[in-house]
Formats: sequence, C-alpha cells, structure tokens
Amino acid sequence: MRLSADELIFWQYGFFKLNATIVFTWGLMLVLAVGSKLITRKISTDMKRSRWQNLLEIIITGMEKQIEEVGLGQPRKYLPFLGTLFLFVAASSLCTVIPGYQPPTGSLSTTTALALCVFVSVPFFGINEQGVGNYIKSYMQPTPIMLPFNILSELTRTLALAVRLFGNMMSGAMIVGILLTLVPFIFPIIMTVLGLLTGMVQAYIFSILAAVYIAAATRARVASLQPNTKH
Amino acid sequence: MDNMTIIAVASIITAGITTGFGTMAPALGEGRAVATALSSLAQQPDASATITRTLFVGLAMIESTAIYCFVITMILIFVNPFWNHVIA
Repeated sequence: MRLSADELIFWQYGFFKLNATIVFTWGLMLVLAVGSKLITRKISTDMKRSRWQNLLEIIITGMEKQIEEVGLGQPRKYLPFLGTLFLFVAASSLCTVIPGYQPPTGSLSTTTALALCVFVSVPFFGINEQGVGNYIKSYMQPTPIMLPFNILSELTRTLALAVRLFGNMMSGAMIVGILLTLVPFIFPIIMTVLGLLTGMVQAYIFSILAAVYIAAATRARVASLQPNTKH
Repeated sequence: MDNMTIIAVASIITAGITTGFGTMAPALGEGRAVATALSSLAQQPDASATITRTLFVGLAMIESTAIYCFVITMILIFVNPFWNHVIA
C-alpha cells in the first residue's frame, strides 16, 4: 500500500523524478492560475456580472472577513498569502472527487513546504509591521526566561502545522483504501464524502492558524504599549 | 524468537496501543470542548460565529494529537525503520 503520492512515479531520468505529488501540484496551480486569469479578464463593476465573477467575489470577501475577525487590521495586506494557502489546500482536497487523483497535500513534502512558508512569513510580516527591534523583543515578552520556549514554540507549531495537514489528508486516503478491501460497495463513498468535509475544515484551519500566528507577531506592539506593572 | 520476530511483534503491539490510547484522550478532550461550546451556544446564540470558529480551531488543535499517534502507527506498520534496518 502506498503511504503517500510521492511513491507513484510517472517518469524518471537519473536523479530527477516526476512523481504524482509534483504533477498534481502543478496541475492544481495551473487550474487555479488560469481559472482566475480567465475569470478576471472581463471583470465588470456594474450590477450585471458573470456567475464566475460572483463566485470569486464570494470567496474573496469571505476570506477577507475571516482574516479581519482573527484580528488582522488590514486584510488586503495578508489576503494574497493566506488566500493562496487556503485556495490551494481546499482545491487539493476538493479534487479528490476526480478518480485517479491523489491529493498533493497527502504528502509530507508538500505540507512541510506550506508550513515553511508560514514559518518564514511570520517574522516577515512581524518585522514589516513593528520593526526588527520590537519584533525580537516580542520573543522575550513576559520575561526573558521565556526566550527559549518562544523559539521552541515557533519550531514546534511549524511541525504541527505540517504533520496535522499531512495526517488528515493521508488518513482519509488510507481509510478509503483499507475499506475498499473490506466493504467494497457504497461505504467507501460515505468515507470519501467525510474526507471532503475534513479537507475543507483542514484548509480553513490551516489558513486560520497561519492568520493567528501572523496576528500574534504583528500585534505584539499593542501589548507592549500597555502599562506594564513589573518592568 | 529471532530479531525480526521481536521487532514485528513489538511494532504491531505498539501500533495497537498507540492508536487505542491516542484516540481515547483526544476523544475525551473533544467531547468536553463540544459540550462546553454547545452550552455556551445555548446561552448566547448571538455569539455563534465566534464560538463556532474558536471551536473548530480548538478541535483541530486537539485532534492533531490523535493525528500524531496515527502517523506514528502508520510509520510503525508500513515504513518501520528498525524492520528495514534488520532486513538490510
């Protein structure tokens, strides 16, 4: 049994391997990019608009609202990054209805790459918002004793982000695979539907957690402005 | 028993125990979380959006511990490093 889509290799030339993860990742990227390009090509501002434009507007405004509710003041600044994360993870789990498709997020390398993007973007947005000094100070926020724990939490939450998404997507495919050998009729379909729901929830959680981390990194200045009793 | 048998027995038993205990604790935690969320939803239906969002994020955090156990189990059964070491 295949543990991940990494082991399904389409084409190999020496060291270079073209496995299912890479193929489906690029396929999804192509669909997302070309799709949004086609929709936004003839965008209209009056009351009459195409149904695809309506769909995109619903998605974008929904994401904007969610980002704002988490506590990021200007959602437009963070929308490209967080929105892309959400759309990619959501699309990769939605496409599991296509036969023969393996979700690229069911491979640890994809989810690690996504989590590393979050890992890099948190200090990026944090420094962008409050400067290098204030951002580094936020690591010793309650007391300087907390410095190693804060750094450790930065690393472990990146690991958790990667393993959570990987585990959820991989377990969905794995359960369907095991059930196919036990009860090949109807029941795997129910589990696939459940997998779709889990995939959407995981996409939501992945982007919301990234937003929460970024909000924590950018908002530390507000906390430090408040009167501090001990220092 | 030779080395391979011991590794196989230990891996399979550990995988079962890991899944058992690894689902038990998160299930209790998630049950408590959902129960509390439901009672606060009944008290304050206006705050349903915030409660639901926080609940989902919290549930995902709790569930990730169960997922870690699942990943460990899968590693033990399908890509066991000790087993591969003995075979090689």
